[in-house]
Amino acid sequence: MIRSILIGALAIGVVSTSYWGYKEHQEKNAVLINAENNYQRAFHELNFHVDALEEKIGSTLAMSSQARLSPALAEVWRLTSEAQNDVGQLPLTLMPFNKTEEFLSNIGQFSYRVAIRDLNEKPLSSDEYDTLKKLHKHSTEIKDELRKVQAMVINHNLRWMDVELALASEKQAQDNTIIDGFKTVDKQVEGYSDVNWGPEVTQLNEKKENLDKNVKGEKLSEEEVKKVVIDYLDIESNAEIDITSTGKKAGYQAYSLSIDNPKNKSSVNLDVTKKGAHPIWILMDRKIGKQKISLNEAAAKAEKFLQEHDITNMVIVDSSQYDKMGVFTFVYKQDDVPIYPDAVHIKVALDNGDIAGYESLEYLTNHHERKLSKPAISREEALAQINESVQIMEEGLGVIQNDLGEEVLCYEFMGTIENETYRIFINAENLREEKVEKMDGTETNYDAL
Amino acid sequence: MRKLFNALKIPLMIGLLCVPLITVLDHDQEADAFSNQVIQKGAIGDDVIELQSRLKYIGFYNGKIDGVFGWGTYWAVRNFQYEFGLTVDGLVGSEMKAKLNKATKYDPSTKQKVNQGKSGGTAGGGSAGGGGGSKATQGKNTPAGYSQNDIKLIANAVYGEARGEPYEGQVAVAAVILNRVQSSSFPNTVSGVIFEPRAFTAVSDGQIWLTPNERAKEAVLDAVNGWDPSGEALYYFNPNTATSGWIWTRPQIKRIGKHIFCE
Repeated sequence: MIRSILIGALAIGVVSTSYWGYKEHQEKNAVLINAENNYQRAFHELNFHVDALEEKIGSTLAMSSQARLSPALAEVWRLTSEAQNDVGQLPLTLMPFNKTEEFLSNIGQFSYRVAIRDLNEKPLSSDEYDTLKKLHKHSTEIKDELRKVQAMVINHNLRWMDVELALASEKQAQDNTIIDGFKTVDKQVEGYSDVNWGPEVTQLNEKKENLDKNVKGEKLSEEEVKKVVIDYLDIESNAEIDITSTGKKAGYQAYSLSIDNPKNKSSVNLDVTKKGAHPIWILMDRKIGKQKISLNEAAAKAEKFLQEHDITNMVIVDSSQYDKMGVFTFVYKQDDVPIYPDAVHIKVALDNGDIAGYESLEYLTNHHERKLSKPAISREEALAQINESVQIMEEGLGVIQNDLGEEVLCYEFMGTIENETYRIFINAENLREEKVEKMDGTETNYDAL
Repeated sequence: MRKLFNALKIPLMIGLLCVPLITVLDHDQEADAFSNQVIQKGAIGDDVIELQSRLKYIGFYNGKIDGVFGWGTYWAVRNFQYEFGLTVDGLVGSEMKAKLNKATKYDPSTKQKVNQGKSGGTAGGGSAGGGGGSKATQGKNTPAGYSQNDIKLIANAVYGEARGEPYEGQVAVAAVILNRVQSSSFPNTVSGVIFEPRAFTAVSDGQIWLTPNERAKEAVLDAVNGWDPSGEALYYFNPNTATSGWIWTRPQIKRIGKHIFCE
């Protein structure tokens, strides 16, 4: 009797477990299919957008009227952005496809710059026409390669989930068809060094390469650097300092130092340049107590810190309080003109006024004495360029870096439209409106709602 | 239970009736509430709430009373200084505070309303100046170009990826995310970079949805404000768990804690 009840109970147990298992399996499959479909969609859309891109670039080659060219190039710009977006949704991050992404982004930048230009005033140069021709050729090649991959995916029912698995395991050299296909595309793009993007496509990341060029001083050894840092931070000469050098192949060359201070449970980390041991950034890590000093007093502390370390003629251009921290931006001032590219950031702890952080990469890479010429146009002429609805509140001269990465002397106007504040830079040489910014900086605290 | 409530009802009612009385008494005592600090642009807190309320009372300021000394407040202060013959520098010192105290009225309960996020102008009988009917909600400074929600999203990623790392290692992870947003070979938005498939393990395994601590948020703020301990890195990996062979071919910049940062 007991035995049959037991058997019955077990049987029910087995049946319900297997039913539960089956349900789980089904649900898991549904999730997997959903993920797979998202990948497939992004992949096929990528193909579609690259197709369309090739066609659009092709048609610009045949266009002679400027009125048609601008909208066509704007369309090219839109398509590159769509294609980049598709790539961003595929699991390609940890494999070599970045050359292709960069290439797409450069096409986008190039077409955007030309599209927004007044082509009646400055028509397409023969160099630029040449670039367009090459872009068309290359985009055709990319399109063909991608089509091959697409055909294989469709014919053999290849799944992107397998790509994920292959990338995740990576036991032997990946022999996944999709991965190979994308690698081929990227290899091809690597060879496209013949494209002349012109000065208008500026490359990022030139900051760190300038670092070595612009900084003054002798190249120092690790021991010498330690001495300089001990002096700079004004700490005990027998403090324990950990020092390492950045990788040999890296564009960014510096020593990284780490100093523990068990007395007040804090530690200081910093990077200094190899030449002259100038601090690139400093971060102090310790618990910050209750606010005791005001933002204004903190600003004075930051200013004193700069003076003590021979960074002179700096003027404060921005200050913000975040909880128990004051963060300040200073820029160099030459002949009473603020030079915005020469900026340092300083963080002050509001409990005791300690300098909790210092950052000077921009200052170190950009700072030098400039030759400031007198503005070629008058203040009134510049003012006439500004939208009438802006009420001017403050004005002056200032040097900024424009979109092309050049330093330009500008008239700087601060003004308001109703409750919004704007900053407008008008080039003091040619009246060009170099930059218009809406100044934000405050937001409703959604956590307090 | 009900009995207990009934027994407490009368004292409770009396207590509640006393509250407005007490606050009314408070008004007179705290009429001069500014602290001694010189208030400058970027400051937050009760002094700023009072400053905004007083400036609003005489019509120099017409923005939100949010306790953040932003641009709107800055122009109001400058206009006030100009009209009242003070040095126009945007700094609120003792002289300006004295002039403000003379020329305006302030209802100290405004600061509670703002700090608790209630809408102003409804509570408190006979409140003279202050909020004046406009919504009173607390504000916050945010670095140019980023919203609080962007910062939270990055903080989630940093906490999920590097919560056991030293502080500068967390700032460096946040900096890598920002460097990717800048880079042409990655998506152009914070969310695009974070949610790119396979980009961050914390996203794949769901650790990004852990609640970040204050340290992670602070690290993100530092990165957004310009600190980059990674040396402008675009990638980082943990050499003990990295599965991609390709990542080892990238030029390495430095190691912080368990992570190697590379270009």
